[in-house]
Amino acid sequence: MARQPDGPPPPPTVQKLRIRYAKRGRLRFASHRDLARTLERALRRAQVPMAFSAGFSPHPKISYLGAAPTGAASEAEYVEIGLSVRCDPEAVRAALDAALPQDVAVVDCVEAQEGTGSLADRIDTSVWRVELPGVAPGELRSAVEAFLAREVVTVAKRTKNGLRDIDARAPVTSAFAAEEGGCAILHVVVRQGTPAVRPDDVLAALAAVADLRPPLPPRAVREAQGRLDDTGTVADPLGPDRAASTRCQGEHATI
Amino acid sequence: MTGETLYPRLEPLLAQIQKPIQYVGGELNSQVKPWDDAAVHWALMYPDAYEVGLPNQGLMILYEVLNERPDALAERTYAVWPDLAALMRENGVPQFTVDGHRSVRDFDLLGVSFATELGYTNLLEALDLAGVPLHGVDRDETHPVVVAGGHAAFNPEPVSDFVDCAVLGDGEQVVGDITDVVKAWKEQGRPGGRVELLARLARVDGVYVPRFYAFSYGPDGAIAAVTRTRDDVPARVGKRTVMDLDEWPYPKTPLVPLAESVHERMSVEIFRGCTRGCRFCQAGMITRPVRERTITGIGSMVDQGLKATGYEEVGLLSLSSADHSEIGSLAKELADRYEGTNTSLSLPSTRVDAFNVTLANELSRNGRRSGLTFAPEGGSERIRRVINKTVSKEDLVRTVTTAYANGWRQVKLYFMCGLPTETDEDVLEIAELAVEVIRAGREASGQKDVRCTVSIGGFVPKPHTPFQWAGQASAETIDSRLKLLRQAINSDRRIGRSIGLRYHDGKPGVIEGLLSRGDRRVGRVIERVWREGGKFDGWSEHFSYDRWTAAAAEELAPYGVDLDWFTTRERTEHEILPWDHLDSGLDKEWLWEDWQEALSEEEVADCRWTPCYDCGVCPTMGTEIQIGPTGRSLLPLTVV
Ligand code: SF4
Repeated sequence: MARQPDGPPPPPTVQKLRIRYAKRGRLRFASHRDLARTLERALRRAQVPMAFSAGFSPHPKISYLGAAPTGAASEAEYVEIGLSVRCDPEAVRAALDAALPQDVAVVDCVEAQEGTGSLADRIDTSVWRVELPGVAPGELRSAVEAFLAREVVTVAKRTKNGLRDIDARAPVTSAFAAEEGGCAILHVVVRQGTPAVRPDDVLAALAAVADLRPPLPPRAVREAQGRLDDTGTVADPLGPDRAASTRCQGEHATI
Repeated sequence: MTGETLYPRLEPLLAQIQKPIQYVGGELNSQVKPWDDAAVHWALMYPDAYEVGLPNQGLMILYEVLNERPDALAERTYAVWPDLAALMRENGVPQFTVDGHRSVRDFDLLGVSFATELGYTNLLEALDLAGVPLHGVDRDETHPVVVAGGHAAFNPEPVSDFVDCAVLGDGEQVVGDITDVVKAWKEQGRPGGRVELLARLARVDGVYVPRFYAFSYGPDGAIAAVTRTRDDVPARVGKRTVMDLDEWPYPKTPLVPLAESVHERMSVEIFRGCTRGCRFCQAGMITRPVRERTITGIGSMVDQGLKATGYEEVGLLSLSSADHSEIGSLAKELADRYEGTNTSLSLPSTRVDAFNVTLANELSRNGRRSGLTFAPEGGSERIRRVINKTVSKEDLVRTVTTAYANGWRQVKLYFMCGLPTETDEDVLEIAELAVEVIRAGREASGQKDVRCTVSIGGFVPKPHTPFQWAGQASAETIDSRLKLLRQAINSDRRIGRSIGLRYHDGKPGVIEGLLSRGDRRVGRVIERVWREGGKFDGWSEHFSYDRWTAAAAEELAPYGVDLDWFTTRERTEHEILPWDHLDSGLDKEWLWEDWQEALSEEEVADCRWTPCYDCGVCPTMGTEIQIGPTGRSLLPLTVV
């Protein structure tokens, strides 16, 4: 039988909050684990009443959804937290935002509503914007055209089990080249899967099909995540909770 | 422009390397002051990787103490891994601080904290990347003054070509004194150039400027004399000691990294110094006497630190934390205060004779129960008398068994190998002890899953300790004893599988020994090794024993000495040691007597509880033991 610590079990989860946050600026170099640690500590500094798991090593109830890679910025990272005391989502958002480093911003916080399903089920696609300093916009445009014209573009990807060939073309549902202030910008919408195809892989594919080789490291930002619908738009994953919460208002403690 | 940020030039490089987060700064509680607001600029370096250097308390304290002064600015810099260093050289980006990403070359001072001698090559690498001449004599008044501190600074001779000053002892006050001197010299228009500045610094209490002292050597290779080259510098330099730690409650707002570091907790130093008198322990010898923070002082530091960091574990730091005169009430009252918050307390390790279950339970009452660590250091009772860390085998087994009986499943035991007078039998007793601990533990707990990890470090004799005269065990001796020990532990699989054995081979210890007890002649070895690519010597994947031994053989030969001369050779009573002109307060005659008593296996008691035995520190330094109990208690925190 598993040993249990003496004393009462930890208080149960009474409320779940779903949070969207952004990582920007210098903190694009933070990894998923760096952000997880930072978020956990910020929750403590903000004195958010977290629910904890039972056992000798209690952990706060936090579940993370697929994180943007190290080096990529993001405006749309998602996490779900369990609380032991009900709180006003907006108060939690503001307190957490204040406790996090400047380059991490809490953009949105809503209460998870019963019967709306899991957050993970509402996310299957990422919308990326990749700045390519030093690349001529016209060159990017023709590279994107060459890429879209192909059915399969195989690139080597470093995975846990070493280098592996993957198809970077199939998960890309749309891509186009733009220009801002003379800098070429790649907009690309990618379906999430395993192994994940990320901006680096798309760029490797552009190198493979059109020999596009950026002279400077590109800067990627994940602009949105969500479910891709038939019209090609990505739906806000917090939408269903927001819609349901306007129908039933609970009473909230403040923090 | 000096003080300008290099970040725009650094950023493209960060996209191409491992763990870029360690170079971006922006840690919680870090600060970037405007360059021109400060009269004196300090770059503070920990000469190892960021993950090791960031949690360093000493550096954090100085960072805060200096930044509190309106006329000073302090930023941090760490050793850069080879992947980024190569890109920096290629792109002309110099060694930078992680706070303002300013070039280290722009600062007035570069303070380097040496916890271990294995950071020396990283200093050379940083100087080179910074564009600062390696040798102090080649620097002019526009270059930073390189100041070494930390325990290794008690024998800075091996790096005396590369550092301009070494600071002995506690840094809190002396950094202020140095700042004043540099500020005045700058305001006066830098009179007399760099040499005058260094001469002024040499007159600051606790500051040693090696270039004003000359070494001569006798035909036997030993030091013949150390003489001053100017008479306005002290003949001997004494260490600094901060009295009344409650007045120095730093760090008040500890740094919290985004990156993973070796210590995922905040720390509060509950006392400084140790008079237990373990003869191998340089830290205990050079930080005397014991100065406790009061229970209320500790309470407010814990409170403020937790609020400022969000950590869920507080380490109560010191050289032997269970010895604090109020450790029992401290643990209980902190546990009461943080009831229900998942905040746990921990001690670095516990003396076997100071452990009790109540204390251990209080420490983990509100949070994770971490493993227990004991450090008997010596395998046999005999060798424990030699090192003056006496505990009987029965007491050791009983203590560990009590821990198992009370629900702990994992106990770590620290030992050393290569201690003076040690034989194979002393080391083999570690195996007997571990086996007995597991047997008794299984019985007492009724569980089969109790585990014991035995960690072994090679002993390196250190300056300012009774073992400073000892011959160091060779790498071969250490390796053969460790092999015997491993065989002994594995001989009974049913017990052996519950025992984990962790150790390193004896080679890095030999080089650490060379750097610890070396003199000025060793500087050429360090430089040669760095030129041949040596850095990160504390990391087994970077350390090259062959590179060190080859460099030592060639660079020391002209002097008629060698690696063995500095390491395995036993010193005689009256030999001039390279650190004799640096005063830790300890009386050399007392140290020699203690060395003789070690050889005859005699113990000394702790001067906190028995009369002073005249080690020399208190009268020389004008200090005294400061311990409780104060009898005060922690008030509950008012909830707002
Ligand atoms: S001088 Fe005496 S009281 Fe002070 S540390 Fe040494 S032995 Fe202890």
